[in-house]
Amino acid sequence: MTAPISATVVLADSDVARALKRMAHEILERNKGPDRLVLMGIRTRGIPLARRLARQISEIEAVEVAAGSLDVTLYRDDYARTGPRPLGQTSFPAEVDGKVVVLVDDVLYTGRTIRAAMDAVMDYGRPQAIQLAVLVDRGHRELPIRADYVGKNLPTSSEQEVRVHLAESDGVDEVVVATAPASAASATTPLATAAGPTRPTSPATARRRA
Amino acid sequence: MSGFTLTGARVVDPAGGRDEVANVSIDGEIVVAVGGQVQGTRVDADGLVLAPGLVDLHVHLREPGREDAETVESGTAAAAAGGFTAVCPMANTDPVCDHAGVVEQVSRLAREAGHCDVYPIGAITRGLRGEELAEMGAMAAQGVRCFSDDGMPVRSAQVMRRALEYARTWDAIICNHAEEAALTWGEGGRGATAGGRGSGGAAGGGGGADAAQMNEGELSSLLGLAGWPHEAEEVMVARDLILARGRGARLHVPHVSTAGAVDLIRDAKARGARVTAEAAPHHFTLVDELVTSYDPVYKVNPPLRTKDDVEAVRRGLADGTIDAIATDHAPHPPEQKEQEWAHAPCGMLGLETALAVTLTQLVGAEPVGTELVGAERPVLTLSQALAALSTNPARSRDIGGHGGPIQPGGPANLVLFDPAQRWTVDERALHSRSRNTPFAGTQLRGRVVSTLLRGRFTFRDGALA
Amino acid sequence: MIPHLLSMQDLSVDQITAILDTAETLKEIALRPIAKVPTLRGRTVCNLFFEDSTRTRISFEIAAKRLSADVINFSAKGSSVSKGEGFKDTALTLQAMGVDAIVVRHAASGAPQQLTRWVDAKVLNAGDGWHQHPTQGLLDLFTIRERLGHIEGLRAAVVGDVFHSRVARSVVQGLLTMGAEVTIVGPPTLLPPRVDTWGTAVSHDLDAVLPKTDVLYLLRVQQERMGEQFFPSSREYARIWGVDRDRLARLPEGAVVMHPGPMNRGVEVTADAADAPNSMIQLQVTNGIAVRMSCLYLMLGGEDGRAADVGGRGSNSERVEA
Repeated sequence: MTAPISATVVLADSDVARALKRMAHEILERNKGPDRLVLMGIRTRGIPLARRLARQISEIEAVEVAAGSLDVTLYRDDYARTGPRPLGQTSFPAEVDGKVVVLVDDVLYTGRTIRAAMDAVMDYGRPQAIQLAVLVDRGHRELPIRADYVGKNLPTSSEQEVRVHLAESDGVDEVVVATAPASAASATTPLATAAGPTRPTSPATARRRA
Repeated sequence: MSGFTLTGARVVDPAGGRDEVANVSIDGEIVVAVGGQVQGTRVDADGLVLAPGLVDLHVHLREPGREDAETVESGTAAAAAGGFTAVCPMANTDPVCDHAGVVEQVSRLAREAGHCDVYPIGAITRGLRGEELAEMGAMAAQGVRCFSDDGMPVRSAQVMRRALEYARTWDAIICNHAEEAALTWGEGGRGATAGGRGSGGAAGGGGGADAAQMNEGELSSLLGLAGWPHEAEEVMVARDLILARGRGARLHVPHVSTAGAVDLIRDAKARGARVTAEAAPHHFTLVDELVTSYDPVYKVNPPLRTKDDVEAVRRGLADGTIDAIATDHAPHPPEQKEQEWAHAPCGMLGLETALAVTLTQLVGAEPVGTELVGAERPVLTLSQALAALSTNPARSRDIGGHGGPIQPGGPANLVLFDPAQRWTVDERALHSRSRNTPFAGTQLRGRVVSTLLRGRFTFRDGALA
Repeated sequence: MIPHLLSMQDLSVDQITAILDTAETLKEIALRPIAKVPTLRGRTVCNLFFEDSTRTRISFEIAAKRLSADVINFSAKGSSVSKGEGFKDTALTLQAMGVDAIVVRHAASGAPQQLTRWVDAKVLNAGDGWHQHPTQGLLDLFTIRERLGHIEGLRAAVVGDVFHSRVARSVVQGLLTMGAEVTIVGPPTLLPPRVDTWGTAVSHDLDAVLPKTDVLYLLRVQQERMGEQFFPSSREYARIWGVDRDRLARLPEGAVVMHPGPMNRGVEVTADAADAPNSMIQLQVTNGIAVRMSCLYLMLGGEDGRAADVGGRGSNSERVEA
């Protein structure tokens, strides 16, 4: 990977832990307990985050709360442009009918992934509500979507790259903001490059790492 | 004198045993001098080869019946462009050339077109059905020397034996399409059209659902196409050689395509049988691997065979087992050829590429001017190649006035070609009405410059005269 | 990416693995309350069938519809098209209409390959003559892997009319590519020419092969072959190469029995053997849909997967959240 010009750690591991703990409390508070909760992590980094939230909730409430995984590839709006991607497993820990499905992802950006995730959940049943929990909200929405639970709001420019590292996959918990030269960034985000920039203000450098 | 002299050409005349640079003077219809001074107009032929006009024992001109594919006029124009001064069209037209009327019609159309001499082949049996003999006598009276049901084998040994015997009346030649139908036609029986599955079969692939589609072997197995076993050819050639032997009958084996058939003919000749044989350019150059494209331009009867068979056919040409190169020129319109492989008819164009394919693929390097030209692995000298394209076919079919020798008093039936010129076959630029040449896009060496029929240019400096 | 799906021979280990892995995920869609995903919205798939095959056509149709593609069924059987006239014209018509994929079944070997010369659409071979039936081979591999956990190292016996079988060519090549050992079993008259070049073992003795077989693949024996003297009678065929309960008992523990259907009960397989617990025949049919979905999914993505030119594409494109 080409080294970016500058990389700043904006959340360290203790920050991540605190954020998740707070979000767990918020989820419980808002939903008046864990009974109807179905936590669904969006592949790939949303899955460990959902598991952690589930663990937090289990500890707080002393009941077992399970987390599922959601692969939204088949619901994405870029298949016709970037082609097929490898599919991941989707597994619900429980029926979704009448439940509150909390979608969990690492970074909220354009909102397109969340749109796909909502469509996917609806195909599995009729939840009472769908909520959204994200570790980082970096702005730049392209759809009318907002998160219900946010670890950290992180205003960024679209030239910047937000990388979430998690112990489960990357050995460390941290969130890094990097500003990379266009050429270096394109080397690390081939899928985004393949899709091509859409307007002058959103070059490929804006992508967080896939 | 009022004639002209071709100057500076290398005269290669297998019949006269000549291979030297010499002037050839022509006056009226005949050659008046070879190796003399310039008489009349001087026609510069420096660096070119002058040879007897080519003779094709096996073409399909499609008229009458399938004028959408070819006519006598367009087919003979293609012949002239290919350096031919005489061609023998097969009898599988519609109506079949099984009586004097069609012979007369084709001959008349050829005379009117004037591109080359045409010697129609008569059918062996009525309607090519393989049952009753056609009226050979009436056709022989029109000058027919050869009878063939080409495209359809004479399946009955009895009918074949009778045909060989009966043709002796005129010392005529029987040419049987060497394909044992029981091994190739599949369960559906014979082809639905009069043309059957031969290269003449202008319509439909014919045959049953399992009818043979390509050479049987590793590739037919892989491609899921019904195999056309080499035995189908060899069983029939063997039967015909046995039937002809001891009867003093003249047998001609068309389009030899397998190593086994070459061996059978070689043995028969060694025993003194009156047998002649021909091979088509595609059978000594192309192999069954081309069928992996499923492009029906490569579908032909008999099918493209293996590399070993190609080598055997070349050896047969080199040692004289195979007397003649004959094109089996078989035009089909695009809408016929651009079908599913199984539905497309068999056949390939040949007249306008035969000489170049032969020179490119078979003839060894010989000095022509300062440039060396020739095939990578030559099997024939230029003189042998021209014998196979001209002298041998003319003699094997008693066609007088063609095939040389180039000598004073002889008819000026000649071809003038550039043995070194490279050109790429453009199927749209052919004189034939059809485009089904397997050599489209191929670069060949050796190009016809001019063709003369009885002293008259039928093709001159690359264009029809 | 797979440009066209014409023959199992064109597929590498990696490509086959990708197709099977994808199919594994897609199989789950059938179990959902709404058994449909929007992935192929806006794509048009044409089922172009020059030969009847309701089973295969329906399987492809369900596969395409579960992915939200629009499906057109073009049955060319019975019209003049089936005789060969207009094959190219039919292709050019579909080309002009801008379909994205053509699923083609044809009695003539090679027809799907010829089609690729005339159309921009992705061509999927749904069976051509005696040549290939790649999605059948893939669903068989999928079923074997699903049931036995792996393919490499398995011993498979393919029994019957290999000569006239497009299924056999696809299955055998697929098994060999994936590292299985294959033995072809049947009367010599029903083996393809030069079967020695196929890379398989060949046997005429089914009883000797059975104890060393993990996958017993039975081919349909067409009754009409009898009339053509490939074998004397169906009774004799059943006696020597047919599978019944007794022969099934000779298979090792855990071996499976497969058949591409439709079966000739009483010829290549007896009724009780066809319904035995280790028979995969129904599972093969179920898995066919997932495997065909997988092929469509993997072939129709990206700009390359759309045949019809769409105005403004690229200038008004959406951003991707990678």
